[in-house]
Amino acid sequence: MILSGKSSLKNAPAVEALVRRHRLRPIELLPWAIAVAAYFLFPGYLALGSQIFIMVLFALSLDLILGYAGIITLGHAAFFGVGAYTAGILAVQGWHEPISGLIAAGIVAAIVGLVSGLVILRTHGLTLLMLTLAIVFMLNEAANKAGFITGGADGLQGIAIDPIFGTFRFDMFSRTAYWYALAVLFLGWAFVRLLVHSPFGRSLTGIRENVARMHAIGTPVRRRLVTAYTISAGLAGVAGGLLAQTTEFVALNVISFELSGAVLIMLIFGGVGRLYGAFIGAPVYMIAEDELAKADPVYWLFWIGLILILIVMFARGGILGLIDQALHQIRRRRK
Amino acid sequence: MDAVIAAIVSILFHGTAYAMILYIVSVGLSVTMGLMGFANLAHGVFAMAGGYVTVTLMNDYGVPFALSLLVACLVVGLASIVIERVLYARLYAASELEQVLFTIGLIFMAIAAAKFVWGPFAQRFAMPEALQGQIELGTRSFPAYRAFLIVVSIAIILGLWLGIERTNLGARIRAAVDNRRMAQSLGINTGRLFTLTFALGSALAALGGGLGAEILAINPTYAIEHLVYFLIVVSVGGLGSVRGPFVAALLIGIGDTACKYLVPEIGAFFIYAATMALLLWRPAGLFGRA
Repeated sequence: MILSGKSSLKNAPAVEALVRRHRLRPIELLPWAIAVAAYFLFPGYLALGSQIFIMVLFALSLDLILGYAGIITLGHAAFFGVGAYTAGILAVQGWHEPISGLIAAGIVAAIVGLVSGLVILRTHGLTLLMLTLAIVFMLNEAANKAGFITGGADGLQGIAIDPIFGTFRFDMFSRTAYWYALAVLFLGWAFVRLLVHSPFGRSLTGIRENVARMHAIGTPVRRRLVTAYTISAGLAGVAGGLLAQTTEFVALNVISFELSGAVLIMLIFGGVGRLYGAFIGAPVYMIAEDELAKADPVYWLFWIGLILILIVMFARGGILGLIDQALHQIRRRRK
Repeated sequence: MDAVIAAIVSILFHGTAYAMILYIVSVGLSVTMGLMGFANLAHGVFAMAGGYVTVTLMNDYGVPFALSLLVACLVVGLASIVIERVLYARLYAASELEQVLFTIGLIFMAIAAAKFVWGPFAQRFAMPEALQGQIELGTRSFPAYRAFLIVVSIAIILGLWLGIERTNLGARIRAAVDNRRMAQSLGINTGRLFTLTFALGSALAALGGGLGAEILAINPTYAIEHLVYFLIVVSVGGLGSVRGPFVAALLIGIGDTACKYLVPEIGAFFIYAATMALLLWRPAGLFGRA
């Protein structure tokens, strides 16, 4: 009975299309192949590499709410920072085990996401944007004022992390950090990929595209948005926890408008709502920043601003969008 | 007892002066938001530009304060017409995300440009001698500059409100905010109306930036530093409203001053907590329509 039901379902073209969309394509393995190859090709850049993975995970968490659910936020670093401080403070206070520390970072950030989501997702538009900003400023102020536990403006120092599984020690060449961050990123990606292709993920996209219709078909819109916001906050917290554990330092600027803006820009560069925008945008942004920003931060800001405006005017899908267009052109010419 | 009253009077006085600047800078944003629904985060850039023009004219060329303000208004107003026609107008139909990104891009470029021309530090504001010192009112004395600020601002605000209520342009703006399609079908050129409103809002922001250069110091990150306050004033007041932001600015200006004075440890929290509570109560703002 069940089997026959399944086979009849399989014949339906709509189901077929959905299943095909969900299926793993070979090109989706490319980022992972590059990441593994980069370990052997650029052994001097492993620290930068692990930070890129962290930012990819962070941008991926933003893509979930911005790209799929359509919530525009300028305060996503609030959750990244809460995760970083959670992992960091645990380690300073004597809990040195990394994986449980990371889970704790995710949970605490998710709780903050849930509470703030319940408050701010009642509004929309410019007001919502302002509230995301307000939350990041509020938490930054809190971290600054609670110097006795967070280290305040001097940053949180004295983080010591045990070897992963008791065997892989964090080394000064960032080898362990590289693989650790990559493994967590892989898990995060698998989770988000599953989520966006699930009915839950489809309902988020529906909300983004047409709220009124989703209300009409009985979707609990607010609850879906708060759930997505909470999950995204948790993922951002894990990314922040990774940063604290791999760099063994937490600075006050992990909870800042600047970082929120930076991760938004990374995602825009890559392409929003595509799952892989984060994988393109974060490395491009961070490598460019590593090369250019140190020489002259003022020009860096100027160019970032200009590129943002150009993207909005001419390339709304980011780098992935441009690639899509190019492929489309080539295919049309062949025909 | 006298000390308490002195403290209250001082808080009210400084808070009001601060509120006036917040309002004059933000009101244009509220009206343009109500007119076209454009999420213009770069509104503070026009205030900053006004501040720079004012301060530069006064410091480097010895131009009097009032004339500098006038020039700043004109320059920024005219520049904003060009920017609106060339850039903003192309994005009215775009999504909110695109508008946000575009205006963040503008802010970044403005920060870089301001740093390049004027350097990273706050501008020195050489106050005219007439505004230095104190003035006596009854038994108390107040800083002359802030008293001047309040008086001038109230005059500007009254002028603005009369303009919105009594002039033809004001009527057209109100009509378009209420119902843009209907206004359009009655023959109002909403495109031109918006350009005009945008320019007026920017000129007002420039005026606020110049007038308040002593309170909100003119430095390259001005537009980001105070962004959240401008947005709070507009959202708490209610988008599209002209009077709502005035009440919101007073609440925020006086509340913020009081908290920073009475409980400096947690001063900044109050504004954010109060804003959230207010918006939980009325998500569309005090004078907004849901």
